[in-house]
Amino acid sequence: MSTTTPAAPARRWPAVPGPLRTGAGFALAAVVLFAVAPAVLSDFRLGLLGKFLCFAIVAAGIGLAWGRGGMLTLGQGLFFGMGAYVMAMHLKLADAQVRGDAVPDFMSIAGVRDVPGWWQPFASPVVTLLVVLLAPGAVAVLLGLMVFKRRVKGAYFAILSQALAAALATWVVGQQMLGGSNGLNRFRTFFGFDLSDPANRRLLFFIAAGTLLVVVAVVRQLMRSRYGELLVAVRDQEERVRFLGYDPANVKVVAYTVAATFAGIAGALFVPLVGIISPSDVGIVPSISFLIGVAIGGRDTLLGPVLGAIGIAWAESSLSESFPSAWVYAQGALFIVVVGFLPGGLASLGGVLRRRGRPAERVPHEEPDEPASVRTTEPEKEPVA
Amino acid sequence: MPRVRRRAVLPATAAVLGLVLTACGSRVGEDGAGAAPAESCVDTSGDSIKVGAINSLSGATAINETVIRDAIEFAVDEINADGGVLGKQLDLIAEDGASDPTVFAEKAEKLVTSDCVAAVFGGYTSASRKAMLPVFEDNGGLLYYGQQYEGLEDSSNIFYSGATTNQQIIPALDYLKEQGVTSLYLVGSDYVFPRTSNAIVKAYADANGIEIKGEDYLPLGATEFSTIVNKIRTADADAVFNVVVGDSLVAFFREFTAAGLTAADMPVMSMCLGEEEVAAVGVENVRDHLASWNYYQTLETPENTSFVEAFRAEYGADRVTSDPMESAYTGVHLWKAMVEKADSFDVADVQEAADGVSYDSPGGTVVVDGDNHHISKTARIGQIRADGQIVSVWESDGAIEPDPYLTTYDWAEGLAD
Repeated sequence: MSTTTPAAPARRWPAVPGPLRTGAGFALAAVVLFAVAPAVLSDFRLGLLGKFLCFAIVAAGIGLAWGRGGMLTLGQGLFFGMGAYVMAMHLKLADAQVRGDAVPDFMSIAGVRDVPGWWQPFASPVVTLLVVLLAPGAVAVLLGLMVFKRRVKGAYFAILSQALAAALATWVVGQQMLGGSNGLNRFRTFFGFDLSDPANRRLLFFIAAGTLLVVVAVVRQLMRSRYGELLVAVRDQEERVRFLGYDPANVKVVAYTVAATFAGIAGALFVPLVGIISPSDVGIVPSISFLIGVAIGGRDTLLGPVLGAIGIAWAESSLSESFPSAWVYAQGALFIVVVGFLPGGLASLGGVLRRRGRPAERVPHEEPDEPASVRTTEPEKEPVA
Repeated sequence: MPRVRRRAVLPATAAVLGLVLTACGSRVGEDGAGAAPAESCVDTSGDSIKVGAINSLSGATAINETVIRDAIEFAVDEINADGGVLGKQLDLIAEDGASDPTVFAEKAEKLVTSDCVAAVFGGYTSASRKAMLPVFEDNGGLLYYGQQYEGLEDSSNIFYSGATTNQQIIPALDYLKEQGVTSLYLVGSDYVFPRTSNAIVKAYADANGIEIKGEDYLPLGATEFSTIVNKIRTADADAVFNVVVGDSLVAFFREFTAAGLTAADMPVMSMCLGEEEVAAVGVENVRDHLASWNYYQTLETPENTSFVEAFRAEYGADRVTSDPMESAYTGVHLWKAMVEKADSFDVADVQEAADGVSYDSPGGTVVVDGDNHHISKTARIGQIRADGQIVSVWESDGAIEPDPYLTTYDWAEGLAD
């Protein structure tokens, strides 16, 4: 699987729906998420859907960075984990405060009497939210500048990002103050709201759903902007973009940072929704599974990654109830089929079928290996910071 | 994007925010906060009663947990053949924990709130148990956790049918001390159980004049032990205290034997080396080394003889029965005994009836402690025989009362609060 190969090259922006369809899409999504889902799903299923929405938020970022920007982000677990652990630390401290204990429960079991200094900033909700929103992005900027300025790309970038996720998981396992391999769990409150109250768990679901809508809106905006065109251009013909006077590294850093920020936010939402964060949620395996939904859904479209992530997670959860150990193989087979026969993901299925039906319309610019036509009607280079 | 459409974003955002805020539930400290456990939805009207099992059938620990699932199914079948519980047949709903704590939590919630099972059997790693604990506490479910673990926990919604530290680790240390061991080398996989058990070992050693010659951890699943084995050889301790788990055991013992170390000059006392693992490591690499468990397949009690025979008749003559399997099997029978004593499937009734419930398990008679929900167990030190079986060479003086927080040991003060 080549990372620089465009999955579905420039048709006339089919991947990004126009304003009318966008409005209708958002309205439909809002109705489904805010009215239909709470009405038809049990509290348990709604909570599960909330967890899948977190994965979808990560997927939206991966769609931007990988699908549009050609960066195979195999290590989003790093940013997801940062957001999740920061939120988890805050929730543990808040719980201890509510109970009137000096330290969170798992620390007192380990015989720790004082909260470690590096935990203390996270007692403040404001600091926590700021760190959740800013830290993953800041790390991504640093990493991105180091990596992309040196023109590291393709498989090397993928390996590097995956190694970082593995490093985080390994490091956390050794941190007793982060719960080690057990992770952090047993959260009682969320910014003062009692987490055992079903109404509050629905509230969390709505927050996740609202966040997902905002995230999709941001991605759509970026895709339609001149920056979005430049990003696709960098993916398809990085050297040509360089010769035109742009710095591809900057273009990539922006998409990578946005994807990292989304992953961090998703991690922070995951913690109260699911009630646990452990090293097995931030390492290599989760990082890869974030990607599978994106690939299957259609990585260079707006909704493909989001719907793919939700669909795969939903299928995993419900199929594993009926066929406990068989799901892994089904998922692997689906992945192979999609990568092998449908590189644009399920989102490109319609196009492929139409092409099959009318072979005469098979136009050369739809060949996957053909470099996509970069829209060169772009004289100024200001939009890229 | 034209400026016009941006105006639509604001009302939309406001609408979403409004929706979100109307959904607010109780805040902490408010009256009537939803802290009360959910109403039980267990259906006791039919001829059968649902129970659940969560074990990993896929992922890293699947190989250890699949056999535990077999033991649970075996116990359920046995109970059903014997007339069920309170006249009802057990309907086992099985879930895959996929070696991932979040999946364990998800499936536990499904079993308790959607399937409405009367009790759940399973869980393996401490991470999986800790992930499930809030689910059972919040929803008023019951979990029977059948695995030796690092202690320092008790929950009214969990019954622990595996050994806690004073039924496995401390007896192992008592035995080594009795054998005249004055120095130890500690090795372990890097996670909570080995680190906690080694903290206990160090406190014990400190109080009993045993010298700790070294302490090393390798990540779970690591297979590169040459450096550690070299350090062990040069450290020249009297014995090795081994809390390496899983696949790493194979690499550790092969390296240990390859370095020319034998059980005669430096015995290895293992906490996680059962009959299954001996077969995986290869008996030539672990012969005569020691293990600390509560149960071995070779125990010659009437209960164990019939357990092994029946299990093999069902699952194959080449199958072994190990301590984790026996504990899980015992857990199912303990639930039955508690329900029968309570004459009810209701969680509160079972919790109330639990104290003093006993069961003649394959490893000996066990009694439930109603306070900490652990059970009394006989500790046994085993030696690995040439045929791959483990034989008990030392046995504690009767069943040891569970003490998950080690409150009855002076030297353990400060280990736990």
